[in-house]
Amino acid sequence: MRVSMDIELKDIPGQLLLALRPISEFKGNLISVVHHHEKKTPRGTIPVHIVFETKPDNLNNIISNLEDSDIGIVHIDEKRYYEHGAVILIGHIVHTDIQDTIDTIDNTGYAEVVDLNLSMPKVKMSSSASLKIDALSKEHLASAIELLRGIAKKKDLLVIEPIKSELGAI
Amino acid sequence: MKTIRVSIIGFGAVGQGVAKVILDKQEYLESIGIDFKVVAIADSRTAAIDTNGVDLAALIARKNKEGTVGTEKLTGLKIIETIDHDLVVETTPTNIVTGGVGLENMLMAFKRKRNLVTSNKGPLAMQYSELMEAADAAGSKFLFEATVGGAMPVLNLARDALAGNKITNVEGIFNGTCNYILTRMMEEHAPYEQMLAEAQELGYAETDPTYDVEGIDTVCKMVILANCIFGMNATHEDVTVTGITKITPEALLLAHNDGYVIKLIGEVNDSRINVAPKLVPIDHPLAVGGSLNVASVQTDLSGPITVTGRGAGSIETASAILSDMISIYRN
Repeated sequence: MRVSMDIELKDIPGQLLLALRPISEFKGNLISVVHHHEKKTPRGTIPVHIVFETKPDNLNNIISNLEDSDIGIVHIDEKRYYEHGAVILIGHIVHTDIQDTIDTIDNTGYAEVVDLNLSMPKVKMSSSASLKIDALSKEHLASAIELLRGIAKKKDLLVIEPIKSELGAI
Repeated sequence: MKTIRVSIIGFGAVGQGVAKVILDKQEYLESIGIDFKVVAIADSRTAAIDTNGVDLAALIARKNKEGTVGTEKLTGLKIIETIDHDLVVETTPTNIVTGGVGLENMLMAFKRKRNLVTSNKGPLAMQYSELMEAADAAGSKFLFEATVGGAMPVLNLARDALAGNKITNVEGIFNGTCNYILTRMMEEHAPYEQMLAEAQELGYAETDPTYDVEGIDTVCKMVILANCIFGMNATHEDVTVTGITKITPEALLLAHNDGYVIKLIGEVNDSRINVAPKLVPIDHPLAVGGSLNVASVQTDLSGPITVTGRGAGSIETASAILSDMISIYRN
């Protein structure tokens, strides 16, 4: 997951290092640090905006470590999924247990079906559905679509997936 | 002036197209010092032979009026074997199961140490390495741009214009019939069967459309690309294929609402050869409509290079053949 965090540091040396250490200790991947030294708060602290990637399990440890170091956390914005993909399914989508199809993706822990549009023109005719899938990363999105391909094969559904360059796997 | 004695084996739409472009481009060919003298033409039943050069315009007229190109009973294979000439233009219909008469013609051309230009996919898709070995052993030049994407340059683009680049992926639309049907289904919100019927009426689809709509034609082209560009030794059995017959107008609409069109996409890279309907973003270079073909070649130095053009048609295919003929003799 990607975490965006606004923190406030005391205006004394070594504070930034103190703030970044827990992220590194819990194997977070730092993406950006913006240090607003010129925008000192009325409290005399320096606002810093940091963005990093980490495993969801480690976020609480990072937060409590920061709090232990007396670093003020103003705002946390977690974005668990930041890759979006769409696929189309054609076939007897509802009769082959659509709940099960969705659950299989949702249960992965790395991807979720976030939108479903279903079109059922006539009884006994093939239905069509568009599924939007959010995933942790491009690789996870590709794995989720791979998984969907397997399910579709079993249920005799046709999966139409994005072209390779769109999936960014080149 | 270099005089090249040529045979045209197969005198359907493509063979006649070749005859027409040789006639039309006479002046240009003279300007680059090449004289393609057609000494023999064969159709499936008859042949016309003249070692001083046949009258192309008269033979096209005769073929259209009487249904045969000549009065001689020599087969294409016999012509390649016995008539003395330099270059065979092989334009017989494709046979995907055995390679058909085209394969025999090609092997004979190499046996007689003649150069060969073809639009016939079947033999290349079935017996690529056998043909390449035979051509190499004979020292024959062997070019087949017209087998993939008609007028659209893909093989020559990869080999000549992009020389030095490592090609990591090729994907695109290689069948105009499928593109036409899917484009029209989207436009009219009409079912597959209805738009197939329209395509057949307009001559974009065959009476038996299986070869196009089940993706077999695209498979052949992908096998040729895999072998020619990626140096694989692939056959059609190495390709996973899904056709377009199950696509619904509702699916096209749902895709459109999400910003995509559905196209039958052929894809080749080191790890797989695949033909399947795919979602293409509406603003992506591969999202071309009508009966157009398009190919995007992913390269290490230049990034993606995309070409689009008419994938079929008599003169368009003949254009690719003429380009191969010229490139053999220009230097």
